[in-house]
Amino acid sequence: MIKVENLTRTYGAFTAVKDVSFVARPGRVTGFLGPNGAGKSTTMRVMVGLTSPSSGSVTLNGKRYADLPNPGRHVGVLLDASAQHGGRTGREVLAIAAQTMGLPKTRVDEVLALVSLTPSEAKRRVKNYSLGMKQRLGIAHALLGDPEILILDEPANGLDPAGIRWMRGLLREYADRGGTVLLSSHLLTEVQLIADDIVMIGRGQIVAQGTASELVAGAGTYVRAVEKDELARAAAAEGLVLSPVGDGFRVDAEAVAIGRIAAKQQITLIELRPADGGLEDLFLELTADTQRETFTEGVTA
Amino acid sequence: MSAVIDTPAPSHAADDGRDRRPSFARLVGVELRKMADTKAGLWLLIVVAVVTVLVNAGVLIFGHRDDLGFTDLLQMSGIPQGFLLPVLAILLITQEWGQRTGLATFTLTPHRGRVVAAKLAAALGFVLGAFVIAVAIALVLTPLTGHGFDGVTANWLGRLFLGVVIGALQGFAFGALLLSTAFAIVTYFAAPMVLSIVASIWTSAGDKLAWVDFGSAQGVLFDPSSPSGTEWGHIVTTSLLWVALPLVIGIWRIRRSEVK
Ligand SMILES: Nc1ncnc2c1ncn2[C@@H]1O[C@H](COP(=O)(O)OP(=O)(O)OP(=O)(O)O)[C@@H](O)[C@H]1O
Ligand SMILES: [Mg+2]
Repeated sequence: MIKVENLTRTYGAFTAVKDVSFVARPGRVTGFLGPNGAGKSTTMRVMVGLTSPSSGSVTLNGKRYADLPNPGRHVGVLLDASAQHGGRTGREVLAIAAQTMGLPKTRVDEVLALVSLTPSEAKRRVKNYSLGMKQRLGIAHALLGDPEILILDEPANGLDPAGIRWMRGLLREYADRGGTVLLSSHLLTEVQLIADDIVMIGRGQIVAQGTASELVAGAGTYVRAVEKDELARAAAAEGLVLSPVGDGFRVDAEAVAIGRIAAKQQITLIELRPADGGLEDLFLELTADTQRETFTEGVTA
Repeated sequence: MSAVIDTPAPSHAADDGRDRRPSFARLVGVELRKMADTKAGLWLLIVVAVVTVLVNAGVLIFGHRDDLGFTDLLQMSGIPQGFLLPVLAILLITQEWGQRTGLATFTLTPHRGRVVAAKLAAALGFVLGAFVIAVAIALVLTPLTGHGFDGVTANWLGRLFLGVVIGALQGFAFGALLLSTAFAIVTYFAAPMVLSIVASIWTSAGDKLAWVDFGSAQGVLFDPSSPSGTEWGHIVTTSLLWVALPLVIGIWRIRRSEVK
């Protein structure tokens, strides 16, 4: 379990992270979502003691990171997959970490297999790695100590679609076995696909948090029908407002309510599902005043 | 779900050592390894060994053997080693910043002071190794010289070793202070040069400058004759100024700075 309490980090007059509190629970994947520069990486660096907080605290399974005797065995960390010595081989990078943590050499082969880096790839120098290979190496590095907690900053960066699916499966399974996973992303769809809980951050402050289903539920339903006008009229009669989105409508109601109306009125539905991009709307809306675009508006360079 | 919450995450293949903090010896081992497992580091180590051999061989071939002895050979080795070992010590520290491996190093060992201490021990290990090589080569070649082991005393050997150690420590301190390989190397070599130039121009201040002129003060350690009391004083004050002070500030900086 990761517990962040009233965390604030300032750089001079600038507040990168402001009074952030949230909990990432065991057995769940927590998505840490926010636009560029929101403070995700800063928060994660504070978690593992690389950056000191201006105020507030973080505990991992009840302990401060610095108080963990052998932290690599409890917390797996991936902050930046490119932060490795280009001259070392992938295997050597893992071997050094394994030696520090007091792990047997066989563990290196285990994690290499786990992230599908072949023995010949593991012998290559990291500077010759592709982006995706570096990312896999970084994930292997995080998994090495068989930790209970994973802290991953943008782990999907540079992975191809197959790689992203693989990682999703890996983290899912990891959480299902009771592990705590915190991963950051600035891509909503990515987080939506994997996270059980979502913490949204914008310009250093938490703007929303909850289970993914709660947050998605708030986004309503998307519906498309052949008889558009009839559907709009029937819904209005039930007190529901349809807002046009593309070819169909978004409505703040459960899918079943819309389905009933359609059935009663014999309207032909061609699509009925939780509003796609509903969370996206929410994300954009919640971060609207904190977004870069708005933020720099009017400032002509 | 409460059952899940109470279960430690993945199946623990090797539970031993999970809550044992890595020993200092292990950290030193890791640091020694990290120096030798990159091309730059490995080549530097090879160059230290090879140049030491070459310098000795060169002196024997091109010098007057009859005028040479063990002391001369060892002093010769000290010259290239005096250049290379500080660079090695600098790299030990600055690599973590230049290559950003500090992210991994300091998350696995959050107590940064321990990491620096382990690096310091590793640096001393390399200095000792290089010194042993130099002594071994000199021992082998001495029978070919005219002076043999004339003038060799334990005191002199100790001073020589101290000289190399202080030089390497100075490199280490500059690395810790500046956290940049290029910057630290340039400063390491430029600072004593600038001081010597100042000393040669500003002759009226010569006596006072001797207390801060690192190069001249430490150079005495390599002479066969024992330094005077004042000279020891110079060695101590220049070491405090050029080794201890940057090292303390450097460690303070490393401990507080943000690693990213
Ligand atoms: N050392 C520093 N000095 C000044 N500002 C900093 C420093 N470190 C971070 N910041 C600022 O803090 C803010 C948060 O940065 P952070 O890297 O945490 O964002 P992020 O959410 O990870 O963004 P991204 O999605 O782009 O990775 C940014 O505005 C950044 O410029
Ligand atoms: Mg970031």
